[in-house]
Amino acid sequence: MKTGFFKKPSAQTLVSSLICIAAGLLVGFIILTIINPSGSAQAIGTILGNFITRSSGPAKLKAFGNTLAKTAPLLMCALSVCFCYKVGLFNIGAAGQYEAGACAALFCAISLKLPWFVCLIAAALAGALLGSVSGFLKAYRNVNEVISGIMLNWITLYLTNMVLSNPAIKDPASPYTQGLSSANPRSLLPSLGMEKLFANNRYVTIAIPLAVLIAVLIWVVLEKTKFGYELRATGFNKDASRYAGMKEKKNIIITLALGGALAAVGAAFLFLSGYQQWSTTQTSVPGMGFNGIAATFLGGLSPIGTIFSSFFIQSITDGGALINRSLYPAEISDLISAVIIYLCGFVLFFKTVMNASIAKREEKKASKAEGGKA
Amino acid sequence: MVLLLQYTIIFASVLMLVALGGCFSEHSGIINLGLEGIMVVGALGGALIMNLLPANTGAFMMVVITTIAAVVFGMLYSCLLGVAAIRFKADQTLIGTAMNMLATAAATVFVSAFNAARNPDNTSSTLQYISQKNAFIIRIAGFEFNWFMLLAVILLGVSWFVLYKTRFGLRLMACGENPQAADSVGINVKKMRWAGVLISGALGGLGGIVYILAGVSEWKFEVGVAGFGFLALAVMIFGQWKPTKIAAAAVLFGFFRALSNVYTAFPFLAGLGIPSTVYNMMPYIISLIILAFTSKNSKAPKAEGIPYDKGMR
Repeated sequence: MKTGFFKKPSAQTLVSSLICIAAGLLVGFIILTIINPSGSAQAIGTILGNFITRSSGPAKLKAFGNTLAKTAPLLMCALSVCFCYKVGLFNIGAAGQYEAGACAALFCAISLKLPWFVCLIAAALAGALLGSVSGFLKAYRNVNEVISGIMLNWITLYLTNMVLSNPAIKDPASPYTQGLSSANPRSLLPSLGMEKLFANNRYVTIAIPLAVLIAVLIWVVLEKTKFGYELRATGFNKDASRYAGMKEKKNIIITLALGGALAAVGAAFLFLSGYQQWSTTQTSVPGMGFNGIAATFLGGLSPIGTIFSSFFIQSITDGGALINRSLYPAEISDLISAVIIYLCGFVLFFKTVMNASIAKREEKKASKAEGGKA
Repeated sequence: MVLLLQYTIIFASVLMLVALGGCFSEHSGIINLGLEGIMVVGALGGALIMNLLPANTGAFMMVVITTIAAVVFGMLYSCLLGVAAIRFKADQTLIGTAMNMLATAAATVFVSAFNAARNPDNTSSTLQYISQKNAFIIRIAGFEFNWFMLLAVILLGVSWFVLYKTRFGLRLMACGENPQAADSVGINVKKMRWAGVLISGALGGLGGIVYILAGVSEWKFEVGVAGFGFLALAVMIFGQWKPTKIAAAAVLFGFFRALSNVYTAFPFLAGLGIPSTVYNMMPYIISLIILAFTSKNSKAPKAEGIPYDKGMR
């Protein structure tokens, strides 16, 4: 007997994610209609279409490139959360590790005038350090990683603002850090000619293929290696894995350090592309880490799935900026993403319902078949 | 000096209210990471009502109606956590994070639309309550006494009494420690957890309106509540989930926040050259250190964060 499509766990995950997306978009559409019914259909189309709705071919390509440039850091944050979640750790500290990455990368780039790959490594180390603080506290001091992560998010935010406010790094006329193209062009990520493909969009850099490559790598490590197996076993049952001879304390620290490095490299991917500068007066933790949580769960907790979900979330965010601002606020896309991540909490329930309805149908079929024989 | 005292007391009131809210929720067994979001929604409710009430409303009515609005908005919003975490056994960390993201986005969208509906040229996310704010304040020789300071102290007493001296409070705490045992003696665990979540919504919403009334007379909803919900979480942990210790922690953390706002007014402190970011960081650093040394025998409710499953023993 062949197994039905909906019985496969991966298919169920996909269906659940699509339900979340559809429901999120529906909520967004309803709110848009309440605000102003005349343009709501067009607005939701713009949010979904993002760069496709741009007027000319090159403009489309350029906007597509911008979305990709911001998808790379988001994907890295999502991978950080995803990797840690597979080991049973909720890395809400990804946001703080992202800040640490931005801090280290920009410090090395602007103050020390180092080339891009050194900045990238510095970011990874800073994130790993911060992650291992959470890991150490979890492994040896029994501090929940969610709580230490939240505290470290804020500590790192203020620390980053302080470090990057240094007159050698900050632009004297604005709250932002100096632009990399003038301060130190060597620190900009190379594009390897990819910018030509996106109508000379210089923000399209090696960050994008690298992020996808890392996603595949994470999948391979988790699913195909002994190391990944040990980590997942630790997440599944800490005590059983210790009994089986695995070093669970070491595994927790390594996991959070690696997760920290991933999120921090994500920040380096964004800030070293020159797309954005760090605002030294920001008073809230940047949303990238939290959006990473959204992308992780929408991607069905799979490194490969997060590639697509990260792109989707970034694309609707950028699409939101394109809607008619005199009619609707751009934050409508944040609202849609938030509804989607809220609904992701119900995925377990969706799956239970799916399994129950499959079981019911099969039972019916079986009793019918039996009835035919009798 | 007076300003420092005033800010310390009002920030401490905010932190205490929200942390007490978190305390009720966690004692019932539900981790409420969405406090930040609940504060935003409570602040939105209060600010909207203040904006809509006619200017000649009496001061007493103004305070009462605004308070009720903030509490009701907070409670309604906390239902999102209740439904997901209690009814559908969702991951509480995920839901809390989603609620924080949703609150800021929804409040911004709502206020922008609200402003635009009244004046098409105004699409900002700012609500003003300049004249209305006076209803909450009595000026005593440079010190701005806020009615919410008194309310916070009263609610502290009430919370302590309810948690330790009433049947309801003890049952609530039983559900956070060992829900299976509580169930076996006839306590309705789901109902108790709903009560915990709703109380946290009420206190969180109240904290939100107190916060946006603390210093300014207009609020830009794009910025949320600048991490006060998370700071309250730190207060709750630092206070070991006990109302009296939470009050002490709130005063300490409120003092640091106040310092970061007004330290430039003190020649001595300004002379030290410590940037305000350091004062902002202090509460989080202190809590993290305290956590590192006390978590081995943590006072956290034992069953918090675990969905209640009747079949599990």
